[in-house]
Amino acid sequence: MTEEFWRWTESRWTSPDIDWKSGDIITAGCDVGSVSTQAVVMVDGQLYCYANMRTGSDSPDSAMRAINWALEGTGMTLDDIQYSVGTGYGRVNVPFAQRAITEIACHARGANFIYGSTVRTVLDMGGQDCKAIHCDERGKVVSFLMNDKCAAGTGRGMEVFADLLNVPITQIGELSLQVDEEPEPVSSTCVVFAKSEASALLRSGWPKEKVIAAYCSAMAHRVVTLLERIGMEEDFAITGGIAKNIGVVSRLEKELGVKALQTDYDTQLAGAIGAALFAKALVEKQRKGK
Amino acid sequence: MIANYGYKDGSGEYFISIDTDKCDGCGDCVGACPYGVLITGEDPNDPFREEPVAMVSEDHRKKIKYSCAPCKPVSDRPPLPCVAACGSGAIEHSW
Amino acid sequence: MITAGIDCGAKTVKVVVIKDGQVVGKSLVPAGIDAKGAAEKAFDEALAQAGLSRKDVAKVVSTGTGRKEPTFRDEEVTEVTADARGAVFLFPQARTVIDVGAEEGRAIRVDAAGKVVDFAVNEKCAAGAGAFVEAMARALEVDLEEMGKLSLQAKQAVPMNAQCAVFAESELVSLVHAKTPKPDMARAIHDAIADRIVSMVRRVGAEPEVVLIGGVAKNVGFVDSLSRDLETEVKLPDDPEMVGALGAALIAAE
Ligand code: SF4
Ligand code: SF4
Repeated sequence: MTEEFWRWTESRWTSPDIDWKSGDIITAGCDVGSVSTQAVVMVDGQLYCYANMRTGSDSPDSAMRAINWALEGTGMTLDDIQYSVGTGYGRVNVPFAQRAITEIACHARGANFIYGSTVRTVLDMGGQDCKAIHCDERGKVVSFLMNDKCAAGTGRGMEVFADLLNVPITQIGELSLQVDEEPEPVSSTCVVFAKSEASALLRSGWPKEKVIAAYCSAMAHRVVTLLERIGMEEDFAITGGIAKNIGVVSRLEKELGVKALQTDYDTQLAGAIGAALFAKALVEKQRKGK
Repeated sequence: MIANYGYKDGSGEYFISIDTDKCDGCGDCVGACPYGVLITGEDPNDPFREEPVAMVSEDHRKKIKYSCAPCKPVSDRPPLPCVAACGSGAIEHSW
Repeated sequence: MITAGIDCGAKTVKVVVIKDGQVVGKSLVPAGIDAKGAAEKAFDEALAQAGLSRKDVAKVVSTGTGRKEPTFRDEEVTEVTADARGAVFLFPQARTVIDVGAEEGRAIRVDAAGKVVDFAVNEKCAAGAGAFVEAMARALEVDLEEMGKLSLQAKQAVPMNAQCAVFAESELVSLVHAKTPKPDMARAIHDAIADRIVSMVRRVGAEPEVVLIGGVAKNVGFVDSLSRDLETEVKLPDDPEMVGALGAALIAAE
C-alpha cells in the first residue's frame, strides 16, 4: 500500500519555557484520527507538551498511549489536568476526556492558534475526507463543509492514481511539475472514471508526469469549488496529508490566486490544540458559573 | 454558522445547509421529514451553544441525494417538507 | 425498408439492423480507445450477419455517449429517446424503463403511446452505475456472472456503509477479513446499487410494467435486489444491452 504519503515520524515535545506547577488552568486535547492520534497539554493556553503517534486498532487505547507519552518526563499526571476534550473520528472514545467536540470546531480553533487570528479559511485534506472551514478572528466557525462520501479530492483518490501509474505517492507532487505545458485537467471527477480516463491517456502515449499533472489540477479544481461553497476568504491555510503534495498545493494556490500560510508548528496538531483550548474555555465558563 | 451537510461527487453537489444562527432547535423540520434525515440535538460544532440545533443525521450524510430523492420528483416538485416546516428559514438545499 | 441503429456506449458499441420491423442483424464490439473504428467494425459485423451491405440501409440513427462518432450516421437521438422506443417495442405495456449501463443509470417514465413523460439520470459517479458492480467483482476476485449467482445464495443482508465505489472497495476488504461469506457480500453489493437506482426511479414514479435494460440487466443478483426493493416484478428483454440500438433503428424507420 501507499501509506507513505502520510508518513511522518512519531514525535513528542515539551516546552522548555513553561513551569506547569505555577500554571493556573491545565487542559488537554486529544485528536484520534483514522491514521494518527495527537495528545497535547496546554498550560494557561500555552502549548506545554504533545505527542503524535500512529492510531492503533483500538481508539481508547491509542488515546491513552498518546497522552501518557506526552506526559512522560514532565512530572505531570492525568490528575493534574483539569479538563480534557476529545476530537476527531474517535472523539467519543477518549477515556480521559470529559467532552467530545467535532474536528470542525477544533480545527478552526487550533488553526487560529497556530496561524494567528488572521486565518479565515482552513482546508484540511486528509486520507479519507476533505474539510473546508471558514472561521472568524476568534477561530469560531462561520461555515463549514465536510466531504467524506466521495474519494475524489482525498488522499485515497491520490493513492488510486499512484497505484495505477506505479509511482510512489511521495513523488507525485514533484513529478507533476515536470511538464513543459500544463495539460487539460482530467475531466472526470469520479476516481473510478478518472482512472479509466488516465489509462486511456497512457495508452495514447502520454508520459506519466503529464497524466499526473492532469490529475493534480483536476483535484485542485475540485477543492476550489468546495471552498467557493463556504466562502473563501484570506488568510488561507492548508492542513492534512495533501498539504505535502506540492503538485496539488501549487495548482490550488494558482487557481485561487492566494498563497497558503506557512507555519513552524506541526499542522497535524491543529485539532488537538483546538480541543485543549476549548477545554480551557470550558473550565473558565465553569468557574464563572460558580 | 452555516453548517453544510452532504457532499459533492462526480454527479453533482448535494448539500443541506443549516443556518445555526437562525435555527432555534424547535424540531419542526424533524417532524416534517418523512425519512428521518433531520435530527435536533446539542450542537457538536459549537460547545458553547445552549439550545439544541437541527442537523442531518449521521446515517444520511453520505447519501442525502438518495434519502431526499422522494421529496424531489423530476417534475411538479412541491415545496420541500423540511424547508416549508421551518418557520425561521434556516434550511436550504443546494439541489 | 432497412434501417440501422447504433448505440455508442462508454464500454461497448452496439448495432441493430432491422427490416420491416424485424431484427435481421446485430453486433456488439468493445469500444476500446478508437471509438470511430469500433463503430465501423460493429456496423460491418451486423450487416454481414444480415447479408446486407451499407448501400441497402436507408437510414442510420446513432445514440449513446459517443453518438457523434459514427461517420455513417444520418441522425442522432438521446439515449432516453432510444431506450424508451426500444423498450416499448418489446413490452408494449411498459410504463417505466430502467437502463443501467457501465457508466450511467437512467429511469424513464413513458406513456401508453411510448412517449417519454419524465426521466432522471445518474451519471459521472460510479456509485450509481455498472462500474460500481464491476469494481466490486474485481475486489472480490470473482467474475460478474458468478457474483450475480452468488448473490442469490445469500443467507443474510450485511449493510455496506460506503457509497463511493473507491471506499466501498476498502469496506469489502474489511468484510473479507472479517470472514463474511462471499454470497452475503455479493448480496450487499447488489442491494447497495439497487437501492440507489430505486431512489432515482422513485423520482419519476415507478409504474408497472417496469422494464430493465442495459448491460447490468444480465446480472441476476442485481435483478433480484432490484425487484425486491421495487416490490414489483421486473421485465427483462433477451438482449438487454441491445435495446438502445434497437430503439434507434426503429426511430430511423419512422
Ligand atoms: S464520483 Fe467516483 S469517486 Fe466519487 S463517490 Fe462516486 S464513485 Fe466515488
Ligand atoms: S427534502 Fe425531504 S427527506 Fe430531505 S430533509 Fe427535507 S423533508 Fe427530509
